Amino acid sequence: MYSPAAKAVAERLGLKMGRANLEEFADTLLALAKADRNILAVTSDSRGSGKLGPFGQALPKQIIEVGIAEQNLVGIAAGLGSCGKNVFAVSPACFLTARSLEQVKNDICYSDHPVTIVGISSGVSYGALGTTHHSLHDFAVMRAINNLTIVAPADNFETREAVKAGAASQTPVYLRFGKAPLYNLPAADPRPFAMGQARVLREGSDVAFLATGETVIHALLAAAQLEATAGLRCRVVSVPTLKPLDSAAVLAAARECRAVITAEEHMVNGGLGEAVAGVIAQAGIGTRFKIVGIPDEYTATGSQADIFRHYGLTMEGLAATALDLLGRP
Amino acid sequence: MPTDRELALKSLHYRRSVLRWIKHAGAGHTGGSLSCVDILNVLYNRILRVSPATFTDPKRDRYIQSKGHSVEALFVVLADRGFFPESDLETLCGYQSDYVGHPTRHVAGVEQNTGALGHGLPIAVGTALASKLDDAGFRAFTLLGDGELAEGSNWEGALAGAHYKLDNLTAIIDCNTLQITGRTKDVMNHEPLAEKWSAFGWAVRTVDGHDLAALTAALEKPFEPGKPSCVIARTTKGKGISFMEDVGKWHHGVPSDDEFTRANAELDAAIAQLSGGAA
Repeated sequence: MYSPAAKAVAERLGLKMGRANLEEFADTLLALAKADRNILAVTSDSRGSGKLGPFGQALPKQIIEVGIAEQNLVGIAAGLGSCGKNVFAVSPACFLTARSLEQVKNDICYSDHPVTIVGISSGVSYGALGTTHHSLHDFAVMRAINNLTIVAPADNFETREAVKAGAASQTPVYLRFGKAPLYNLPAADPRPFAMGQARVLREGSDVAFLATGETVIHALLAAAQLEATAGLRCRVVSVPTLKPLDSAAVLAAARECRAVITAEEHMVNGGLGEAVAGVIAQAGIGTRFKIVGIPDEYTATGSQADIFRHYGLTMEGLAATALDLLGRP
Repeated sequence: MPTDRELALKSLHYRRSVLRWIKHAGAGHTGGSLSCVDILNVLYNRILRVSPATFTDPKRDRYIQSKGHSVEALFVVLADRGFFPESDLETLCGYQSDYVGHPTRHVAGVEQNTGALGHGLPIAVGTALASKLDDAGFRAFTLLGDGELAEGSNWEGALAGAHYKLDNLTAIIDCNTLQITGRTKDVMNHEPLAEKWSAFGWAVRTVDGHDLAALTAALEKPFEPGKPSCVIARTTKGKGISFMEDVGKWHHGVPSDDEFTRANAELDAAIAQLSGGAA
């Protein structure tokens, strides 16, 4: 996932490699569920993929298996939620947000049951397994559903906090993350994590990188690299919550920086980039702007790292996009 | 507990109200509301442990109407049970009304927002499972249309209901044999229905879905310990109005002034006959 140059920059920044968000999710949920027997995990033959084996062993009465049946997964989660259960419905994001989209829309969101829908191995986490297993559409479809908070954590800290926030939420939440180990991001933003709030990881006014999920680290490395090689001061904002979007953070970036770049592990249609563009355009701000994501094409094949590299979702790719946007060689 | 005759009179009055509000709104699923209204009558007046006073009780019985389009029957019965004044239905399908053309939880007494088919059974499975997990002792009921059974999600729910041995779960199939395109057996045959549910691990009974005593007997308790119950209610779409009975075009349809008058005359005559018999 990281080139030798990117690893060197991470080392210079003092970043430590953490673990997969998936593992952080599973441990956090288990800890919460041990303290609250009302918390249930509902899985669709996804116990292993969701790293919920230990959960199942420790709390066998708090895990519900529905088999390979995502529509049933979400319908049953809604029924449990309607009776006051604090439900985490866990399944690969590719299936959960497509196969059972109507159940998410009607049974959870429209009926207003506070279920946390957990899309694991999201984006192109499954890389070489191909498009059936990619979720590059989920931000777009989930953003178009009323009464749903959408959170894509960027590191273990954001994951831990997002799981806790999902458990505490009185309204539906969609949580989406991958399974690759991630660097722990610097705790630059002194405020506690809150859904709906973006986190400024690095200050700057040349280029603003607004990134979400597993692309945030690459934006941070790009910013550090641009400072070292081109003297640019770039802002890096982690945007874990896509809806409701932190419009104030977006507008501040657009007003205070010379260019805005968004990065996401999602198709360029309907995700973070277009959400940010909507906020900026409707505020009447004109700025240099680029959405970096997966283009609307047959997705390049290969591992998650291959696909990130192919589409410029890396330190090198994002730094090159920034220089290009500023008209620098 | 109302007598069979009182219940039969209620059914006739419910039919009057269903037609009244569909006529008033200028829209509605007439045939299906008339095919299931006797089932709702028995559920809400004899079976379900729920009332406006107990609607927030976590141990109340739950009713989830999977065939959400028959909302007029549900609204009329809920109004009669005191969940809201029937006059609220003057806004049915109107601007800013909570009484839209499918059930929503904005209406007192409604447990789930439904309308897209194939959703009620999995939700009812989750509901019945919650009762079991908490040892709360309440039952979950869902009403499905027979045309709706072509939705695959029903069969996912059927597997799960049996897998978890949810004997507190009852699925009622309003088997009126018609759907919007025509005869269900011609559109997508689901027979033999009892055998299918039985093979999925459910305890099954077939009843006349307009026989209030038979419905009561089928719904008053689960059929078999460790198995969910399936009640196949053989019904007639448009039941109770001679020119609507078993006629596909009344899937949704608003009676003309003349049809409305004739329908009410038929219901008035039936009410008079039943009331006279009581005197």
